[in-house]
Amino acid sequence: MLVGLGVLALLMILSLAGVVVVGGIDVASLNAGHVVFALLASLMILSALGVILNRSPIRSALSLVVTLFLLAVTFVSLNAYVVAMLQVIVYAGAIMVLFLFVIMLLNLQEDRPAMARAGVRGAAAVVGSLFLLAAAHFVAHPLGGTQAAAALPAGFGSIEQLAENLFTRSLLAFEVTSILLLVAIVGAVVLAKRKLE
Amino acid sequence: MTLVPIHLYLILGAILFTIGCIGVLVRRNVIVIFMSIELMLNAVNLVFVAFSRHLQSTEGQVTVFFVMTVAAAEAAVGLAIIIAAFRNRETVNADELNFLRW
Repeated sequence: MLVGLGVLALLMILSLAGVVVVGGIDVASLNAGHVVFALLASLMILSALGVILNRSPIRSALSLVVTLFLLAVTFVSLNAYVVAMLQVIVYAGAIMVLFLFVIMLLNLQEDRPAMARAGVRGAAAVVGSLFLLAAAHFVAHPLGGTQAAAALPAGFGSIEQLAENLFTRSLLAFEVTSILLLVAIVGAVVLAKRKLE
Repeated sequence: MTLVPIHLYLILGAILFTIGCIGVLVRRNVIVIFMSIELMLNAVNLVFVAFSRHLQSTEGQVTVFFVMTVAAAEAAVGLAIIIAAFRNRETVNADELNFLRW
């Protein structure tokens, strides 16, 4: 218990230091938002690593649930309340239950050690460094407008605003989405049938 | 209250996307590969929402809505395919699932 709290405090300090250094923020202007972001970001990266490093698929799935929940909290801190709610219901609820259900249905054993072949390892290293290079680019050239957060329009991220956009400007995409879901339902049922007749 | 600069969110999104990408490349369990794909989709969602906040426009959030829908459809069909493949081959190892190769 005490060790856990100590590790959490250390993680907190480290991630806050990371945010200050990477974000180029004055230590004097640190506020609760930064602290929350630092904690969320560090836990999210840890749990995302848990997804790909765990041998057992069940543990991977549970790590993914943690990541998705933390992402929902991040959405709330970005004033995207409806999206955060959908994130919990759709991802952490429906999709993860589906994953766990399939893992348990197939009764999977532990995976053999990952990263066996040198070629795959090399490809992963190249792709990883490329994307981290992209991240480094944002560090080197931060976008302006840090203070754009000043005044949000009233009701930003509310279900009314989202629905207004969804049913006017994005109406066609919305309707196409319903067809996509119908096709997915039919496809899933057909694939899961034992015999096609 | 939050004055977290947007490039911190972009960096976090890039890191999450990188982790997902590496997961797709190094793991052999098809289900874990699938989870890594979900991780990548979520990294992109984070960037969409961060920009939506930054530009004070709901467009980004609407896009996230569509990404979630597509991800749900993809998970349903993909897992159905995995179950069908497991019935035929008794494996979920990506190296052994090569019956699309000719």
